[in-house]
Amino acid sequence: MVGIVSYGAYIPRYRLGKETAGWGLPIEKPVANFDEDSITMAVAAGMDCINGSDRNTVDALLFATTTSPYIEKQGAAMVAAAIDLRRNILTNDATNSLRAGTLAMRSALDSIAAGTAKQVMVTAADCRMGIPGSEFDQTSGDGAAALLFGDTGVIANVVDSYSVSDELLDVWRAEGDSVVRTWEDRFVLQVGYLKVLPEAISGLMQKCNLTPKDITKAVFYGPNPRRHGEMARSLGLDPQSQVQDPLFGRMGNTGTAYALMLLIAALEEAKAGDKILMASYGDGADAYLLEVTSEIEKLTPRRGVKGHLESKRILPNRPRVAGGRGLDGAPPSASARWRERAEIDRLHGAKCKSCGLVQYPPQRVCTKCHSKDNWETVRLSDKKAKIFTFSLDYVAPSVDIPLAITIIDFEGGGRGLFMMTDRELEEVKCEVPVEMSFRKLRSSGGVHNYFWKAIPPRD
Amino acid sequence: MESIKDRVAIVGMGCCKFGERWDTGTEDLLVESCYEAFEDAGIESKDIQAAWFATQNQMSGQVLAQAIKTEYIPITRIENFCATGTDAMMNACFAVAAGVYDLVLIAGVEKLKDSGVGFLTGGGGQPSSQVMPPVPPPAQFALAANRYFHDYGLSYEEGKKLLAMIDVKNHHNGSLNPKAHFQREITLEQAINAPMMAFPLGLYDCCGVSDGSAAAIITRPELAKNFRDDYILCKGFGLAVGGLQGMLRDYYDFTHFDETVNAARMAYEAAGIKNPREEVDLAVVHDCFSITELIIYEDMGWSPRGKAKEDIESGFFTLEGGLPVNTDGGLKCFGHPIGASGIRMIYEIYKQLQDKAGPRQIKKADIGVTQNLGGRPGSFSGAVSIWGRRD
Repeated sequence: MVGIVSYGAYIPRYRLGKETAGWGLPIEKPVANFDEDSITMAVAAGMDCINGSDRNTVDALLFATTTSPYIEKQGAAMVAAAIDLRRNILTNDATNSLRAGTLAMRSALDSIAAGTAKQVMVTAADCRMGIPGSEFDQTSGDGAAALLFGDTGVIANVVDSYSVSDELLDVWRAEGDSVVRTWEDRFVLQVGYLKVLPEAISGLMQKCNLTPKDITKAVFYGPNPRRHGEMARSLGLDPQSQVQDPLFGRMGNTGTAYALMLLIAALEEAKAGDKILMASYGDGADAYLLEVTSEIEKLTPRRGVKGHLESKRILPNRPRVAGGRGLDGAPPSASARWRERAEIDRLHGAKCKSCGLVQYPPQRVCTKCHSKDNWETVRLSDKKAKIFTFSLDYVAPSVDIPLAITIIDFEGGGRGLFMMTDRELEEVKCEVPVEMSFRKLRSSGGVHNYFWKAIPPRD
Repeated sequence: MESIKDRVAIVGMGCCKFGERWDTGTEDLLVESCYEAFEDAGIESKDIQAAWFATQNQMSGQVLAQAIKTEYIPITRIENFCATGTDAMMNACFAVAAGVYDLVLIAGVEKLKDSGVGFLTGGGGQPSSQVMPPVPPPAQFALAANRYFHDYGLSYEEGKKLLAMIDVKNHHNGSLNPKAHFQREITLEQAINAPMMAFPLGLYDCCGVSDGSAAAIITRPELAKNFRDDYILCKGFGLAVGGLQGMLRDYYDFTHFDETVNAARMAYEAAGIKNPREEVDLAVVHDCFSITELIIYEDMGWSPRGKAKEDIESGFFTLEGGLPVNTDGGLKCFGHPIGASGIRMIYEIYKQLQDKAGPRQIKKADIGVTQNLGGRPGSFSGAVSIWGRRD
């Protein structure tokens, strides 16, 4: 049977919270840092998902988002490169709908069942903006999920699904819109959410001969805590025991990633035999039935939703620049950047086969023993690391003053110069542990340029 | 291989006033320094047989030819980051020592103030992937400062004070020098509490951006007597060009610069110097940042490794000390017009060896050393030159 083999998630470190000037609510909202966007968050979730597994068996990477930085350029290709997957895989973007994550899931399951892929990773990420202070602003957050699907070592089988397509002007953005648009609240609820989501769920329950008491945990979208609770009751579920916490006030609605992240939160507490119902909403609804297997006990630890929820920092002020917007600088030379793609996107260093020294970036001639063209690739992006030395630059033309410049030493060898982000000044010291994070450097000349930075470890 | 020792003599030098020379262009600066050198040597531009032109921002020797109106002589333009001036001097000396030319001009110049930037930005215009972080020179050298403090157990306060003592020393020396850009004393408190540029380096830990030019005229010792009695002799050169070893080798410590160590070794060997701390009388070195000068004390073999603190605190490197360093005020007070700096350093040695340094004159000035560093911790072009009084 085809199902979930492993999962990963990502929630930005920074939150708005009670102590945040210009917010002041007892609601914690994750906000992407100035150098994060959907692509960088999808990479982080994918790294969390693949952690410890063999990357070479992933045959496809799907990237679901409604906030892709490009209109005509595939985000999945960049996500796949940064996670360091094989080159001969299928990459595709699923966009334009808040259901894009669960729709991509359908494609993944179908291709494994059809035999065109053995394993497919679905990543979903969004950083949507609402009018500051609006209900959407208060109930949404930035985040990403990654699910690896396969037919071996499955921790949760996908038993069945039911989908409804619905053409409706309830929540949308047109080209050029920076904030989400909605029609009147009552219309949006009554004709949209309250009608269409139950349609998919009851369709699934009928198809699978289920009654509400058969469901161990229900994972589903809701626009806010109140409506979510109402939906639970109207479905005949006990809100105390049968409903996955929709994480309003801690994570919020993360767009295309939302249903998948709630599913992951449910899997983090699930046991073998649990039946999980998952439903997403947007231009219709998808409902899935999953059954957890005993393989879930063998799953190696990962941060997932829980780990990222716990690792947080409340901002003192609401940031002006978030989600990869508002950066500036020189665009790259396309040929230079292409030539260096392995060392830039995949953070590949080189280990000399003669003397063993790891060098970054890879050198044709070893700096230590002068052996020529005699090295093997080393991936540095997932290695433990530490700061060897640092500087805090107060004069750099940067959004992030002071700019933390660090010399990073990698476990196993290798060293590089990187910026450090998501950091307080006290965290930038010699010998302090860090890890690497894929970030957006800047957008200029219509080009979004990405590279790795050091961050304080998330655990 | 043969040594360069005692095979080249400087018979004339010039140095313009360094500073914010808004009304002076590249050519004007060259005329100022070169004509002072011509006058000092008692020659005219038509007597020059070949020239070496030290500059980063200008290309081709044509710029020098146009400024001083040489007529179709060979001019080679040299660029090697901040080692440019010393590198040009070295190559010119080779030509003279080889007997190919009898009278050669070396001129260095940089007109930096037209850029509209107040601090060193570290250039680089080659199209690239643009993923490398913007790391201007203060941040580059701060990497060395933070690791030095860490490795040698200096608290932030202890380290800042040590660096400030170097800044105060150089400003004091510069206040005695009419050619310096900055001629004002500063206090330890001013240096320690100055605005932060790149932690832990503050405003006074960093040299500034200035316009400047300096020139030298060289010949062989047997011909030098025709020009003057108090010519000085070249004792040795060192030039060590790094290949990014410090960045590629994860075992590099960031608290010393191999390029300086190697360049010094070459120069000391050529000059026959076995105990640099004792045998060197004065030095003018590359204090682009205070931490750089501190590390230079150790790299040049004057202070034992990790022990520069004791020598700084005892005043060993002040005008009154055992080995005065940056007697003219250094890069701190002259700024760093890239191509001119190396030659400006030799200018101070020249004047000191001739007992013409006025209020900065040190008592025993027989062997003087200059030292240049171009690049950043991880990869430098390191250059050293050694000069001595004639027999």
